[in-house]
Amino acid sequence: MEQDINITIIDRDGVAHNIQAPTDMAMNLMEVVRSYELAPEGTIGICGGMAMCASCQCYVNSNHELPEMQDDEEAMLSEAFNVKENSRLGCQIQMTPAMEGLEVELAPES
Amino acid sequence: MIKTDILIIGAGPTGLFTVFEAGLLKLKCHLIDALPQPGGQCSEIYPKKPIYDIPAYPEILAGDLTDKLLEQCKQFEPGFTLGERAETIDKQDDGTFIVTTNKGTKHHAPVVAIASGLGSFEPRKPLIHNISDFEDKGVEYIIKDPELYRDKKVVIAGGGDSALDWSIFLSDVASEVTLIHRRNEFRGHLDSVEKVQELKNKGKVNLITPAEVIGILGARKVKGVVVKQTQHIEKEFEIECDHFVPLFGLSPKLGPIANWGLEIEKNAIKVNNALDYQTNIPGIFAIGDGNTYPGKLKLILCGFHEATLMCQAAYQIINPGKRYVLKYTTVSGIDGFDGTRKEAPKAVVKKIE
Repeated sequence: MEQDINITIIDRDGVAHNIQAPTDMAMNLMEVVRSYELAPEGTIGICGGMAMCASCQCYVNSNHELPEMQDDEEAMLSEAFNVKENSRLGCQIQMTPAMEGLEVELAPES
Repeated sequence: MIKTDILIIGAGPTGLFTVFEAGLLKLKCHLIDALPQPGGQCSEIYPKKPIYDIPAYPEILAGDLTDKLLEQCKQFEPGFTLGERAETIDKQDDGTFIVTTNKGTKHHAPVVAIASGLGSFEPRKPLIHNISDFEDKGVEYIIKDPELYRDKKVVIAGGGDSALDWSIFLSDVASEVTLIHRRNEFRGHLDSVEKVQELKNKGKVNLITPAEVIGILGARKVKGVVVKQTQHIEKEFEIECDHFVPLFGLSPKLGPIANWGLEIEKNAIKVNNALDYQTNIPGIFAIGDGNTYPGKLKLILCGFHEATLMCQAAYQIINPGKRYVLKYTTVSGIDGFDGTRKEAPKAVVKKIE
């Protein structure tokens, strides 16, 4: 089994959670947040991870090299609210060993 | 007053399949949905996305699944109250319920099945400081009656299908249509994008990109909007208009159902999954993505199963003590409420000479 990675997720109340995420279950950041219940059910991952709702928008605080943004993610973020320079959709960030030490903050619900 | 046997709140896949299962038990259904069309999330969010875990369908588009479910339940003549949100529920002395929508439409039924998924879809409102002052005074988040815009100046904001489609439609109705989007690229069907390009070239739609509306002008009603454009150099300017229509998609909210006295956990309604998916209020059931119980999975196929068991319990409430055993459709066929009958062809008995 591949190694779990350590990541930090700051929830919508500003609380930081240091958690372990598996890298061998094809999970993305949105799913990790849901698996740890760091945001109430129904407020994150509404579209299921198709980059179609922006409910998993987050701000990436660490300097990790992230997967390049695809057209659908870019388009969705261009319609989302509270978007910043470091905004990404959690559902488009896969948990891989390269994400060790990632720190993200969940964007407000909208 | 609309009267029915099972009042279903939510016309998504689970709600639609309930109509079929109820029909087999000769129970009639009526559905309420806040969206203007049936299908729920499947129609509203991802009609063109394939689903791979519907039994016997290796692959089916979400929009096609809705069409198939509607076709499957058609002979049981479901009633629909669409574009209205279930607002209040009142239990009557005889144990039946009256559910009233936000538009005042009343529905009377002995059994209520909440199949509301993640909730009713509410428009996402852009963060413009004074937007709430102008709601229904020139700001509309959903276009209900296009005639409202006849010979008016309209500004639409958004980059998805609804922004494109309405820009196209209103270019023939309004005196002036301006479409504003934060990027040059649009997220929509290619033919819609091409059509808007064509209308722009003809001067029938003003396109302003990359830009966004940052303020609304007017006293008691909308007189214009403030636009910030960021191409090359940043500039701000005003556009005169009678209506501002921000179309930034919809997001589901549990809404008024949260105040119905139901036990809620994790934004979902707690039910008895050992028996019949009934809530803490007898006669009210919750099925599909909107319910919760130990081990719950939010899958369409689980909603179908929950709907089927729920209908058996509804039968007992509506026909107390009346005998019934499960029948297979292969054996008994289907008798529609519209007088149609579907049945297996009779086996041919023929002598071999």
